[in-house]
Amino acid sequence: MTAAPPDALLDSADASEIATRRPNAPAATENPSHREPLVIEPAGRFPKLGAKELWSYRGLLIFLVWRDLKVRYAQTVLGAGWAIIQPVLTMVIFTVVFGRFAKVPSDGVPYPVFSLAALVPWTYFATAFAGASNSLVASTNLITKIYFPRLVIPFAPVVGSLVDFLIAFVILLATMAFYHIAPSMSAVLLVPLLVAAMVLTSAGVGCWLAALNIKYRDIKYVVPFLVQIWLYASPVAYPMSVVPARFRVLYAINPMAGVIEGFRSVLLHTSAVPWPMIGFSLLSGVVLFVTGVYYFRATERVFADVA
Amino acid sequence: MSAYAVRAEGLGKSYRLGAATERHDTIRDLIGNAIKAPFRNFKSIKAGSSGPAGELFWALQDVSFDLKHGEVLGIIGRNGAGKSTLLKVLSRITEPTAGRAFVEGRVGSLLEVGTGFHPELTGRENVFLNGSILGMDRAYIEQRFDEIVEFAGVERFIDTVVKRYSSGMYLRLAFAVAAHLEPEVLIVDEVLAVGDAEFQRKCVGKMGEVAGHGRTVLFVSHNMGAITKLCQRAIVMASGRKVFDGTARDAVQAYLSAGAEDVAERLFDAKDGMGDETVRLLRVSVVQGAGEPVARVDIQEPFAIEMEYEAFVRFPELNIHLVLHSDEGDYVLQTTLSLAGESLTATSPGRYVARVELPAGALNAGHYWVGSHAQEPYIRWPWGRDRLLRFEVEQTSPLLARYPSGFYHGPMGPLLGRWTRSQVRAEAGQPA
Repeated sequence: MTAAPPDALLDSADASEIATRRPNAPAATENPSHREPLVIEPAGRFPKLGAKELWSYRGLLIFLVWRDLKVRYAQTVLGAGWAIIQPVLTMVIFTVVFGRFAKVPSDGVPYPVFSLAALVPWTYFATAFAGASNSLVASTNLITKIYFPRLVIPFAPVVGSLVDFLIAFVILLATMAFYHIAPSMSAVLLVPLLVAAMVLTSAGVGCWLAALNIKYRDIKYVVPFLVQIWLYASPVAYPMSVVPARFRVLYAINPMAGVIEGFRSVLLHTSAVPWPMIGFSLLSGVVLFVTGVYYFRATERVFADVA
Repeated sequence: MSAYAVRAEGLGKSYRLGAATERHDTIRDLIGNAIKAPFRNFKSIKAGSSGPAGELFWALQDVSFDLKHGEVLGIIGRNGAGKSTLLKVLSRITEPTAGRAFVEGRVGSLLEVGTGFHPELTGRENVFLNGSILGMDRAYIEQRFDEIVEFAGVERFIDTVVKRYSSGMYLRLAFAVAAHLEPEVLIVDEVLAVGDAEFQRKCVGKMGEVAGHGRTVLFVSHNMGAITKLCQRAIVMASGRKVFDGTARDAVQAYLSAGAEDVAERLFDAKDGMGDETVRLLRVSVVQGAGEPVARVDIQEPFAIEMEYEAFVRFPELNIHLVLHSDEGDYVLQTTLSLAGESLTATSPGRYVARVELPAGALNAGHYWVGSHAQEPYIRWPWGRDRLLRFEVEQTSPLLARYPSGFYHGPMGPLLGRWTRSQVRAEAGQPA
């Protein structure tokens, strides 16, 4: 048998292979997209919010929230029980340390329920914004490989923490029932407003820190301190009434101060509803949110490069 | 609808390089630098976005091309040539610094398989999560779910958390999800280089199917066989620029002859010590086709190695040796001029070119070292070195592309063996 040169062998096989593999796509022209072509170019100075696109990716947000919840309690014995244990245990510690030892006043309600009414929104805020600030760095693999509106990433923990908040809120209502305290009627209206302020604040702070964190990894070390400082700057362990009157305006810049005082006032009747303070908190929450989202959008084009 | 699915106009992407790390000569310097570091780091990080400091590095520069609807474009080039950056810009993961691009139709990009897979979730959950990250909606994933699972071949384990999967199962499931993405413009980066041989064959088949359905595809690969098989057209990237644009076959050819780490030719002078005042080696080259030196040899073509030398005196016998070593250091070949005829070794003063031709497919894909030795039998060795230049035999054969690179072992080309099969009996007998 004569040996065909190997290249001849290759060539013939090659040709048949290509003929079967490479149909000349006639369907191509029947693939109309009447949309405007997508333009990819260096972004201008002022970013757009991209709300429409964000909305079209709401499915992804839901999946990320669901993933975080699922993963958070994977391989834990107590599972979602941790959502209850965290605020309740902190309440016990606060009650012993601040209520019993330090004798911190509690506006005439039992100290445990007094602190729990603050710890429930506070715990939400702390976990939501700490989670958001870490979210981008933790999602480096997504950012560098897939396109989607980046805001979805810090929003996921902000939305996800609401589940824990709801569980803790039920515990708060149960504790109130234990102490025979009924919320006022205005709570139905006010609690959603306070929750909105709380969520906006968390999202705003979360966006700021997430965007800063991916560029300046120092933020990772700053966040735990920030949580602590912010805790003492909010009326969690102590009542608003111990803050000297002349500092109250300054104090109210902290949006969580208004939220927490609002919670206490409508749920525990510790004081008349502090309307100006709630308004102020809502306002500074909105400002934090708008600036946070804006800063995030303005810097997001370099995320994939610095991540 | 315009005539083009993708149109790039002078795309560029630059990064700012950080300053070189400084040396610490004394402990005092070290401490001083440590103290200054936070300020300096802050400055340099800030400079990363806007400041004037730092040197610009263009990962992508002035890249323009048009891609018609339904066209399959291959993108080839060495590591760091800007291929991935180009895909990232077109996928909107990173923003161009200069130029513009237009993309018409829904874009799906696949720069990595299994992006967003979470080890703590089950296979089923990951299919949904990964699908939604890739931009599929829930209804679509539900509709294709069975197909995806079947393609991956993990039916039995679909409700097991993926951290218990073998790496092969994990990759198969990840690719299966991605393979069912049905965008109008598909951007794919070297995802075929995963999994075992059987699965790779399936992947190449799936890619061929996608490409055959009128989808516009941009496809980066180091697998030249896959490029020539799947793409009509290809561009070659080098140092961030497009250096070639043409048919896939021509592009592969252009790429193979433009290697840099592998060397096509080496010239020697007296300083190199290859020889002495009696005889000297001047040049060693790897040549293919019309005799031009190439660093990358097409496995489907014959090639030759040339050694040019000059004798200043008369030698009754001067034998020239060619040796080839694989990149792993194994001896592949030793052959000598004397094998072509004893008379060839008699050398009078003058210049000579000794040429060794090797048939197509003789060597397997891979890197090889050329060595040259000169021998005055039983007297001395005027020169001799085993590693003078390295060249690459590049896999371009669609026949071999069916399996991943490295599937066929050994330095000899798998196509060198001629297979035949004849039926020796028409029916099956009783199993023993």
